[in-house]
Amino acid sequence: MDIPVAWRNLWRNPRRTFIILTAIVIGIASMVVLSALSRGTMEGMVDNAIDNLVGHIRIQDPEYRVDPSITRRIDLPQQLISEIEPLLPPGSRIARRIKIDGMLSTSREHIGVIIVGIVPQDEAGVSFIGNPVYQGRMITVDESNGLIAGEALLKRIGVKVGRKVVLMSQNHDLENVSKAFRIRGTYRTELAQTEKVYVFVPLPALQKMVGVSDGVTEISINTGQKNNSRNMDLDGLVFRLNEKIKGSGFLAEDWHQMLPALSAYLEMFDGYMLIWFVVVFIAMGFGLVNTMLMAVYERMREFGLQRALGMRSTRIIVMVMTEILLLLALGSLLANGFAFFLIKVLLRSGIDLSVFAEGTEVWGINRIIVPVISAWDVYAANGVVLVLGLLVGLYPALRAARFSPVETMRHL
Amino acid sequence: MGDFLLAWRNIWRNTRRSVLTILAIVFATSLLVFMLSFQFGAYDDMIDSSVRLSTGHLQIQAQGYQDRPNIRKVIENPNRLLAMVTRLAGVEDASIRSETFALAAGPERSRGIMITGVIPDNETGISSLPGQIKSGRYLLNEDSGVAVIGSLAAKRLQIDIGDECTLLGQGRDGSVAATIIRIVGLYRTGIDEFDRTTMQIPLSDFDSVFSMAGGAHRLVMIADHLADAGRIATAVRPAPEATGLAVLTWDQLSPGLKQSIKLDLVGGIIMYAILVIVVAFSILNTFFMAIFERTREFGVLMSIGTKPMRLVKLMLLESMAMTSIGLVTGTILGIAVTLIFSHYGISMGDSGELMAQYGIADRLYPHLSLASVTIGPVIIAVVTFITALVPAMKIPRMRPVEAMRAC
Repeated sequence: MDIPVAWRNLWRNPRRTFIILTAIVIGIASMVVLSALSRGTMEGMVDNAIDNLVGHIRIQDPEYRVDPSITRRIDLPQQLISEIEPLLPPGSRIARRIKIDGMLSTSREHIGVIIVGIVPQDEAGVSFIGNPVYQGRMITVDESNGLIAGEALLKRIGVKVGRKVVLMSQNHDLENVSKAFRIRGTYRTELAQTEKVYVFVPLPALQKMVGVSDGVTEISINTGQKNNSRNMDLDGLVFRLNEKIKGSGFLAEDWHQMLPALSAYLEMFDGYMLIWFVVVFIAMGFGLVNTMLMAVYERMREFGLQRALGMRSTRIIVMVMTEILLLLALGSLLANGFAFFLIKVLLRSGIDLSVFAEGTEVWGINRIIVPVISAWDVYAANGVVLVLGLLVGLYPALRAARFSPVETMRHL
Repeated sequence: MGDFLLAWRNIWRNTRRSVLTILAIVFATSLLVFMLSFQFGAYDDMIDSSVRLSTGHLQIQAQGYQDRPNIRKVIENPNRLLAMVTRLAGVEDASIRSETFALAAGPERSRGIMITGVIPDNETGISSLPGQIKSGRYLLNEDSGVAVIGSLAAKRLQIDIGDECTLLGQGRDGSVAATIIRIVGLYRTGIDEFDRTTMQIPLSDFDSVFSMAGGAHRLVMIADHLADAGRIATAVRPAPEATGLAVLTWDQLSPGLKQSIKLDLVGGIIMYAILVIVVAFSILNTFFMAIFERTREFGVLMSIGTKPMRLVKLMLLESMAMTSIGLVTGTILGIAVTLIFSHYGISMGDSGELMAQYGIADRLYPHLSLASVTIGPVIIAVVTFITALVPAMKIPRMRPVEAMRAC
């Protein structure tokens, strides 16, 4: 490979090289930027889902998912937690909850809700309710009647912070029980649907209401892991957890198992992205081949002369391929620089999709999309262009090697 | 015509180059035709399934019901209104619904549920739900004391067909409303949220149990075509029967639906724009080359009196002839591919389950429409014309003597 010669050959016709370089740069840069934005969207989607009281791993009665009732409970959660704690990676956070269906009533309205009993200080970093409240104050664990409701729910039933509401649900004997709570504060989430569904009360108060002493319906674990859309390595941990708690009759599941549809979509997402990369490559590939063919045909006499002087055709192929490689490498270098600049400078604070707020709600994505650069995406985008680029570059290179000395030297 | 022939022959002076350029255009055009048909098809499906499942194309409600539904906000004389709207041109079918939230209790489990009162025979015309019965049967007009329920809700209440279920709620007048109903059918729409939280009973039962005194909450209409919804709404609003009521179209009834489509479309447009720009730069070199390799020729032509603008026209004719071949072939190919897929459908694989939550079927069928077939080719035609214009405008700046000396 003679890089200096190839480099000079590339700049024999600067305009032509610039034009095809522009195509390559726009192509690769758009792949990197769009994939970072899509990755950011996906990441937000997964984080929202995990934050939405799912957690990375959840331990509960195997029947709870089809029958979310207080009868499907873990009676001695502390004992279970002390058993599993040594297995968890450092930095993990654990939250105990009761989560049951119920009805919230004011004097004029009845609405179906999911009542969640929480230990407020345990929720930080595990679910969205650990974030600061929007209005009012957070409930404390020893309060007997405090309640946190979503902004959207209060708006829907027309009630303000400080008012009393009645929650109704079934107790351990499956009898209907109800209790009055006072709204102490409100929360907001990315998704209004969540705000309408969940109301939070102190765990001990709910335990008392439904008549279970220490019981909870779930233990939720956040392993502190980031970049969830590409990290899929919870399988081992879940397996070890289940080995440990085998005798208890409860089941640990990671979010992939709890959100099968989302995980399936995530798995296909890489495939979709790759298809898009190939499509953009094909669009630039035609130009690449055409440009290199022009460059080769223009130098027909030169190649003929080199052959006549005894240069082997493989060397000519290597020479043309080196030029293509340089062109692609230069393009990829510029494109990545440009893309990183766009992502880090222009898109640093994200793209605000608030104008489509109701639309982002439907797809379950954040209102502000912050791009996330993932190594896989960058490698894939550049890899597709380099590998396929060299592959189609073989055509002009082989063409150059096939010029016969006599024929070409006669050519003007 | 002479110029056209000249342009045509010029294209084939370098067959390989022209073919590659045309192929680039064919690729982009067919891809856009297919993708747009695919997207528009998916949007139609989404709107259709949402409209058929819950909202209808239009609804008439009491003022303020949409934002804060409440059992007391009723249409007082729904039957008179129903008779009026069914006579309107463009309204395919219409019916009345009432709804409220109540506690449903099975033998062991109880939970809150959304109860909708429907006129069974009319519902068949405006809703897809009667066709999504998984087991048992849908409601009949003569039914009383029975209900159909979402399959997931039934599972949670641990009840099945033939079982009884107690409903407990509040009537329109504030009184306690309680009744016992028997389940006759389970439905499965694929939208988990819906299947988990809803139940339907005959409107006549609803009226008596919840003391509705003839009032109803929603008058749901299906239009002949989606596009008619706005026109029908304007026709209904001034009617005396609709005084004091709100007339809402599908996009007002589920604002998230329209916005989610817009959002998806914007994302698509950005991707297609990038694709078209890359193609434009890809073929720009060919157009430049076609001019620079003929600099001498142009010098000679200009020196014997050919006007530069005629050469520009000739070059544009040449590029546009090339583009046209690509556009026509690409459009035909795009239509062909779309037709094949609209016959067999495209499987969404494992993500089908997620799509189902948005009301998108697990097998998607692209729809050919005038818009999906024309938008892509027109954009590519405009962009390639601009691409061809850039090099062609170099011709008037050529000086005949220098041009002839160029090698």
